[in-house]
Amino acid sequence: MIEKADQIFVLLLHWLVGFLPMAWQHVASVVICVAVIVAVYPALFAVAVLMERKGLGRMQNRYGPNRVGPFGVLQPVADGIKSLTKEDIVPRNADAVVHFISPLVLVVAVFMGLAVLPMGRNMVLVEMDASLLFFFAMGASTELSVFMAGWSSRNKYSLLGAMRAVAQMISYEVPLLLSTVGVVMITGSLSLVDIVNAQTRYSWGLAHWNVFKPWGLAGFVMFVIASMAETNRSPFDLPEGESEIIAGYFTEYSGFKFALFFLGEYVGMFGIAGLGTTLFLGGWSSPLAALSWVPSWIWFFAKVELWICFFIWVRGTLPRLRQDQLMNFAWKFLLPMTLVNLLVAAEWRFVEGVWMRWIVGMAIVAGAYVLMGRVGMRRERLGPRSYRYAE
Amino acid sequence: MLGEGILKGLAETAKNFAGSYVSKERLTTVQYPEERVAPIEATRDFPFLVYDGEDAFAGLRCVSCQICEKECPPKCIYIEKSKDKKPDYVGKPQNYPVRFDIDISVCMSCQICVEVCPFEAIKMDTVFELATDDRFGGLLLDREKLSKSNEYYHTIHPTEATEVDARLAEEKAKVEAKAKAAAEAAAAKAAAAPPAEPAVKPEAPKPTGGAE
Repeated sequence: MIEKADQIFVLLLHWLVGFLPMAWQHVASVVICVAVIVAVYPALFAVAVLMERKGLGRMQNRYGPNRVGPFGVLQPVADGIKSLTKEDIVPRNADAVVHFISPLVLVVAVFMGLAVLPMGRNMVLVEMDASLLFFFAMGASTELSVFMAGWSSRNKYSLLGAMRAVAQMISYEVPLLLSTVGVVMITGSLSLVDIVNAQTRYSWGLAHWNVFKPWGLAGFVMFVIASMAETNRSPFDLPEGESEIIAGYFTEYSGFKFALFFLGEYVGMFGIAGLGTTLFLGGWSSPLAALSWVPSWIWFFAKVELWICFFIWVRGTLPRLRQDQLMNFAWKFLLPMTLVNLLVAAEWRFVEGVWMRWIVGMAIVAGAYVLMGRVGMRRERLGPRSYRYAE
Repeated sequence: MLGEGILKGLAETAKNFAGSYVSKERLTTVQYPEERVAPIEATRDFPFLVYDGEDAFAGLRCVSCQICEKECPPKCIYIEKSKDKKPDYVGKPQNYPVRFDIDISVCMSCQICVEVCPFEAIKMDTVFELATDDRFGGLLLDREKLSKSNEYYHTIHPTEATEVDARLAEEKAKVEAKAKAAAEAAAAKAAAAPPAEPAVKPEAPKPTGGAE
């Protein structure tokens, strides 16, 4: 029974595909899986938007949306209808083709990334050996669509937003990638399925999640920070910066194209949250051996939702960074810390003795944190500036 | 230590989040269509015409002197003067507005019409739910829509309305006393010399400063 509940979607798929002739079965199963992913994540997106608006409201001592349906739960439906019925405006000077395809490029790229995430036991669309690399390749191509959107709009705010987005995403991709290298070093595999399987072991009833180890904890924290910057979430929402550059790269988008950007951003967030869950929080595995009867897919989506809640919490807390603070943080703090973290991961692999490697690992991480915090993040006293105008 | 402030901030927002479900004082939102804040007495938005008594036409204070029309900075008032006359509150025959239109889509609520009116005839209203689906007709208020009773004026601006009433009563008493004195003098004169002179006309009410 427990086994059935855990594998319910896999069994359902096999049963459905069983009606088709043998030659079509493989294609049909892929099509069905894709359709399910494309349906489930926008639904999650609606839930996340509602959670965000209600949660942010509560953090600011407001009610949040409460007019459409009971407690405002139908607000995403109203938003969707509104964005579908709005006029689709293309600026006269815009590069119409690029302007049209850039939201599509974004949505396609973020959905491609979801293909390699194991969303439950045996629930992964494409099982490939280098799925981590595939995910990052797809994640990096969102930058292209952002720049396409900003450039094709022929609007200075859009272009500024796109420039900021590209600078920020490229800067934070380095620590994002480096923070995952520790996991790859210890697991010895780039396959996300193998990484989850390596974490589904229990000792004293507690799971061997990567986050419970010194290199994993440090890597996890840095992954969370870098993933916020990668998905343009507050406090790293400079590319959008509605108070400075209106909406950044999608200033000139309206109607459903705007909704697609919004969708792409949120699905990208789910993707990166799913990846972080897979790498550090044990993917679909339960934290305690006693709780392993709960279906694996429930664990995965619960962890992703928790991750999103944390993003919302941070958004409600922190103000937007300045561009120089953003770059300083990436290059002077995150990058050295991730490099030190590689050292910790190596130490974990080679030092003998359980206690010894814990103590050494924690000491290196804590020492580096304090040192980087003091030296790298030293507040600079800025004197009066003088400008010389071009003659 | 790096990150301390972030943790403090996260604790603060978490406190707000949880607190908003527990304590009602945190949620200061007034959910408008169902709940309302009690209006402040000095509120004002668009002008209206005051009338005394029951009949909106008979008791209308406006004598269509058109001062407000001339003074209105955005020119949102349109008045058509009558050819005939009707008695005002002291009984003196006066013109009245055949048409009195205020385009509230143009009106900027400056209250200058109220300041310049010598007859206490135009005052500021407090109704704000004037949304309409008729963009032109719905926002052009005519005389019938603008006329509101003195009792209504008392309910929205009690202090100001009482002052205005006192001023008008004083004015009326003065006029009546003068008329009485004139009538007495005329009677005395008529008694003294048979060829009677026409009675002295009662003076028009003096211009007052309007609302302070």
